[in-house]
Amino acid sequence: MIEIEARRSVIGALGAAFICVAAGMPAAAQDVPKIPFEKYTLDNGLEVILAPDHSTPVVAVNTWYHVGSADEQPGHTGFAHLFEHIMFMGSEHVPVGKFDSWLEAAGASNNGSTTQDRTNYYEWMPSNALPLALWLDGDRMGYLLPTMDQAKLDLQRDVVKNERRQGVDNVPYGRANETILAALFPKAHPYHHSVIGSMADLSAASLDDVKRFFDSYYAPNNATLVISGDFDRDSAKTWVERYFGKIPRNPQQPPRPSVPSFEIQRDTFMVLEDRVQLPRLYRSWHTVRAFAADDGALDVLAFVLADGKNSRLYKRLVYDMQVAQDVRAFQASMRLDGYFQIVVTPKPEQTPSRMAALVSEEIQRIAAGGIDARELERAQNSILASQIDRLASVLGKSDRLNFYNYFVGTPDYTQQDAERYRKVTAADVQRVARTYLGAPSVVLTVVPEGKTAMMVTAAGGGR
Amino acid sequence: MTPRTALATLVLAAPLACAPRASTPPAPTPAPPAAEAPPSQPIPPVAADLTRPPELAPPPALDLPPIVTRQLDNGLSLMIVEQHELPVADFIMLVRTGGEADPSGRGGLASLTADMLDEGTATRGALQIADQAAFLGADLSTSSGWDRSFVSLHTTTAQMDSALALFGDVILHPAFPEADLKRVRKERLTSLLQLEDRGPAIADRVFDEVVFGDRNPYGHALSGTRQSVAAITRSDITRFYGTHYRPNNATLIVVGDVKPDDVERRVRSIFGPWQRGDIPVTEYGPVPPAKGRTIYLVDKPSAPQSSFRIGGVGVARSTPDYFAIEVMNTILGGSFTSRLNQNLRETHGYTYGAFSGFSMRRRPGPFVAEAEIVAAKTDSALLQFMAELKAIRDPVPEDELTRAKQLLQLQLPGDFETTRSIASRLVPVAVYDLPLDFYNEYVGRIGAVTRSDVERVARETIDPDSLDIVIVGDSKLVEPALKALGIAPVERLHFGSPLR
Repeated sequence: MIEIEARRSVIGALGAAFICVAAGMPAAAQDVPKIPFEKYTLDNGLEVILAPDHSTPVVAVNTWYHVGSADEQPGHTGFAHLFEHIMFMGSEHVPVGKFDSWLEAAGASNNGSTTQDRTNYYEWMPSNALPLALWLDGDRMGYLLPTMDQAKLDLQRDVVKNERRQGVDNVPYGRANETILAALFPKAHPYHHSVIGSMADLSAASLDDVKRFFDSYYAPNNATLVISGDFDRDSAKTWVERYFGKIPRNPQQPPRPSVPSFEIQRDTFMVLEDRVQLPRLYRSWHTVRAFAADDGALDVLAFVLADGKNSRLYKRLVYDMQVAQDVRAFQASMRLDGYFQIVVTPKPEQTPSRMAALVSEEIQRIAAGGIDARELERAQNSILASQIDRLASVLGKSDRLNFYNYFVGTPDYTQQDAERYRKVTAADVQRVARTYLGAPSVVLTVVPEGKTAMMVTAAGGGR
Repeated sequence: MTPRTALATLVLAAPLACAPRASTPPAPTPAPPAAEAPPSQPIPPVAADLTRPPELAPPPALDLPPIVTRQLDNGLSLMIVEQHELPVADFIMLVRTGGEADPSGRGGLASLTADMLDEGTATRGALQIADQAAFLGADLSTSSGWDRSFVSLHTTTAQMDSALALFGDVILHPAFPEADLKRVRKERLTSLLQLEDRGPAIADRVFDEVVFGDRNPYGHALSGTRQSVAAITRSDITRFYGTHYRPNNATLIVVGDVKPDDVERRVRSIFGPWQRGDIPVTEYGPVPPAKGRTIYLVDKPSAPQSSFRIGGVGVARSTPDYFAIEVMNTILGGSFTSRLNQNLRETHGYTYGAFSGFSMRRRPGPFVAEAEIVAAKTDSALLQFMAELKAIRDPVPEDELTRAKQLLQLQLPGDFETTRSIASRLVPVAVYDLPLDFYNEYVGRIGAVTRSDVERVARETIDPDSLDIVIVGDSKLVEPALKALGIAPVERLHFGSPLR
């Protein structure tokens, strides 16, 4: 559950880390395909990954810069994402507005998104428009600053503040996420703050910040360019060299966040008032980063707890007892660290405390008694099916290649990724439930205004 | 879901159809000019001019997979498209009736009926259905819209037999168990209560009520109200199902790693016994008479943004001006570079995005321009909206027209990339009885749209003097400013109570 702030609200476009689509076939019957690719590095350090696929005459270009909100300094929250917006405002040879209008005239769509760990920029289009996208991306990678000015910054600052209003402040329960992150991760931790950042920090962002950030992070040797779809390999190499080859590398390594190790010492209880009809319970535990040994078992645990009618929490709270309106569970595994979260909305007349007690009981049942073979298989089959589905489009493929390349060091990881879920055992799921969900947690109750008495004050529910 | 966006436009605005293989060359005047070399040829190492956009080769020719059609004796139509890239298949059983057939006082019946299909059959309980789908790794879902209801299945071909058996069972033998209906109804009632938390959702509902009133079906909400959902009984549902879920009122769309003859054989064995029925004609009551431009304000105390929905009754999908309206709306509010977004977002920074669209249904659905606007700029933003809705009636510059047409023409191949996207492109072909070669004709028909067509359809469909303007926001803050504009009377409405 990586939080993504996109330049335009098209967050579903990549079907990336936050959507689990149940589709495909049982593990034993279906392999996740390998993606044929070629990877090389330009003299200036730009990594290039080419993955031809001629099945439809469309092509995707997807550039990941290895910078995200985790790289932000205190007082500058939200800056990586604000910067992403500025990257669409034109560059030395691209007047304001032309980035989009030239692409649209060629039938191309484009967008970008920012997470804690990285910022991506992508175009998908009819195959003939590939050189246009590469030239535009090269110009903003190499020559953004000559035409950068206060007006561009101020305009996108206003747009981003509206994005925050639309996605956080004017949304029921919208402020829960940033409230939880701030309590879960210590102040010095790169995930202590949310990707969208605070209004005050957005207001404070200056043109100097833009220049410094570009100089530190927006260099070819801090980026990976993936081209996926219908293209000729030799032509693509020629264009990439032409449009990116002369951009100078950054001689200095960009600063990297340090990740303090920490444990939550005791259960923490918080309450947040909001303009909502129903309260909602959020319980969160510190876990592990993406691809750590227990990451896959935690994904399976989340599925067993809350995915589908037969999941433990859904079946008991929503289906049988009908005391909850919805339940959700996920392992949010990011590049540097992770957390596990369970969210329950009680039905009218029900209390968050009762939900907390029921959640604790169900965790206890798994910790004590484990899960059965059918539960494990349902989870594995659905997770593998969703992995296959992510490869259905050239854009999805381009994002997977970049994801694996940045997170595990090689784009060629589809099959190993499937394998780590196949290897999860029922005993693993029981063990991670005990180990991670048995530890102290952060418990947030969002309550209707004036109803702070509904706050949960004991992990097992109490009252 | 977020409101209409650049991507939503890409996916939704493109008309759907597909036809026997044919290669209409796209865009008579392709994007950035002239050809360099075919993309399959290496580029000669000439000195690069990095200061200007590169010249592009002509766009790839459209090469659409053919649609094979079949029909069973009971009237069930099949539309089959082969796509062999991955060993998967998508099935959509499309019933050509939706919420517009909800009886008076039973708003939400079509959607509740669809919701209940996978909540139990004659031989499987709700938990069993969910268990089997997840175990197969298949995605089975049910849904309904204004003029359609559907059950869709995404499966690997290796599991196709088991998955199709499940698919057939929920379509042919739903049991609508009373206990499950009670649970699902309670969930629906709770989500209708929660809807009151969200300004944009309130704005959508109030806009439909204002524009279509209480006699036209489009004036009620697809998911119903707390009153109408509470009133829906099991016999309402069995009657709706028994009346409309009939093979002669349905089309089965199949896309994927399949062979038409094999698909037909499997479909015949499952759906052959399905009995045809008499399908009643849907009644469409009148919309309220035009009242003159009015601002309808719904209070959402402390809302940091105001939700704008501005528009009126639009056109039916059968309009002969379909292509001209697509082009006109692309210029006005259908893409990122469209006028509304450029003005309200990229020039003024009032919003994260402003868009417009025509919801073309069996009968005229709404035209709406919309955005979430920072509360303090509610009045300024309304002036900009009104300026754009007036300006679109003037002749549009040639370059803007060309860009909009090229966008519509050139992004089409991308809609035919995956089995899911192809299947969804076929839905309107089935619902609106579009010709099978509609899609092959599409590029040419868009190309034929002229400036005067755009001007004419803008004048016919957008009348700035009679727009309904719905704003949901903090009235303490925005009402005085809206009244001070003096461009339209301000009426206060309360969500949940009768509006007119």
